[in-house]
Amino acid sequence: MTLAPDTSGAAAGGDSVIRIANGQGFWGDWLEAPVRLIEQGPIDYLCLDYLAEITMSILQKQKQVDPALGYARDFPPLIGRIAKRMLDGKVRVIANAGGVNPVACAEAVRKAAPGLKVAVVLGDDVFGRIDEFVAKGYKMADMDTGEPVATIRNRIQSANAYIGAFPLAEALATGANVVIAGRSTDTALALAPMVHRFGWSATDWDKLAAGTIAGHIIECGAQCTGGNCQVDWQNIPDMTNIGYPIVEAEPDGTFVVTKHPSTGGRVHSDVVKEQLLYELGDPKNYITPDCVADFTSIHLDDIGPDRVRVSGIRGRKRPATLKLSISYENGWKSTGTLVYSWPQALEKARAADKIVRGRLAGLGLYFDEIYTEFFGVNACHGPVAQACPDPPEVQVRIGVRGADRKAVDRFTRELIPLVLNGPPGATGFGDGRPPVREIVAYWSALVPQEEIRTSVEVLG
Amino acid sequence: MKVPLSKIAHARSGDKGDTCNIGVIAYDASHYPVLVRELTPERVKSFFGGLVHGKVERFELPNLGALNFLLHEALGGGGTVSLRIDAQGKTFGAALLRLEIDLGERSQ
Repeated sequence: MTLAPDTSGAAAGGDSVIRIANGQGFWGDWLEAPVRLIEQGPIDYLCLDYLAEITMSILQKQKQVDPALGYARDFPPLIGRIAKRMLDGKVRVIANAGGVNPVACAEAVRKAAPGLKVAVVLGDDVFGRIDEFVAKGYKMADMDTGEPVATIRNRIQSANAYIGAFPLAEALATGANVVIAGRSTDTALALAPMVHRFGWSATDWDKLAAGTIAGHIIECGAQCTGGNCQVDWQNIPDMTNIGYPIVEAEPDGTFVVTKHPSTGGRVHSDVVKEQLLYELGDPKNYITPDCVADFTSIHLDDIGPDRVRVSGIRGRKRPATLKLSISYENGWKSTGTLVYSWPQALEKARAADKIVRGRLAGLGLYFDEIYTEFFGVNACHGPVAQACPDPPEVQVRIGVRGADRKAVDRFTRELIPLVLNGPPGATGFGDGRPPVREIVAYWSALVPQEEIRTSVEVLG
Repeated sequence: MKVPLSKIAHARSGDKGDTCNIGVIAYDASHYPVLVRELTPERVKSFFGGLVHGKVERFELPNLGALNFLLHEALGGGGTVSLRIDAQGKTFGAALLRLEIDLGERSQ
């Protein structure tokens, strides 16, 4: 097919404004959201964020089993659903759905939507380069604990560098309808179309920071349109049909956060503030591969129903290093539950916990940790929870973790017997033994930026 | 006058590894100084008691009438390692809203 020239955004807002939406806050988010964003009003770019910190390791395992896998498998069928509306080139998709196998992902998209041109960003996967980095003297110490990477070297399952917006903008410049990346940052997905369309340079720090913060606001989908919002939550309209976020971005770095008018939810400065603070560290130093954004420079204005204007954002030079996302095997775990009813539900649950722990010790099984919490009493808030005398029911949840898979597996057989041989009134065992799960832990480390060279490959 | 924090602020919390972050936002910007005065890192740490094993850091965002707290070693190892139901600290923000603070105004 012949591609329409890249004039997306020219429709309603004029050339100076582009509409960037986010239809997926994580892999597993609402399947209908991206489709609705395209069907319920005009957008120019649809960002889809599929990767959480540990998703890469899950994908790595899938690729080990089948070399054709290792990407977000929901993505190609989604593109198949919306392909007709993308054929005219007015809406383009940018997604980090590629995981550890972006080329296979792109091929699957081409199969699902043969008329679309697909560009893939490569170069983030450094799984095969760890020894090379070590030989070069990079410590790659864990950014949280400071431990050297040698501690986990033989247990590493995946290693990817966080890629910024510029490689994605390069992919957009090919005219592709769909841009697929591996481990790009969440914020880069939204910043990339601004860089591409507004021609922002790699040293426009304030503008790059503005686009980064726009990305941060919409990266968790409906969390900035009324989802998971404490403010007046009972009166947030029509959450059943909640609208996912749209940023109307302007060339000077100011932008408006909004949603399609026909949708539920709420966009208000209170809601946007909650999302700005979500998973935030030092607000003056929000570090990305593109810039360092200063959250203390953000100015918010409620300028109309479901419209928040964001301005004043300042940024600084990006660091000389890139962050690696490394996943590694870290033992096994399992958690199981039983429910006890009134009367003395909590006492029964506590007795059950004591019995299980006693039996595990009797079997000579030891774990790195045994952790117990009581739903209905203290599972969420621990010692902060307010006491509730004699609650109608309590669910006891016991978890264990350790290096010995057999020990963890044996634990999973120690809960259900209590229905017959423990305190009275136990129920809630219908799902049988709890599963044993491998723990794949996350390690973050730094390498010099110049080590990571990205490239763009075009299919179709 | 003493009130629960929920009277003047809302919050959202999340995770970064084994660190829980809580953003506390004043409904009315005029209450931001109260947040700054009352919500010291020491008070937040002692409020959560045994849930937080590491230090508590506080950052100020006067432009948003908000404070950001980092509660280190608070999520049982965090992410996939943690055995807790709330391994991502999603409910920590709501817990903090129970904290009683002094508005510094005389009650009628």
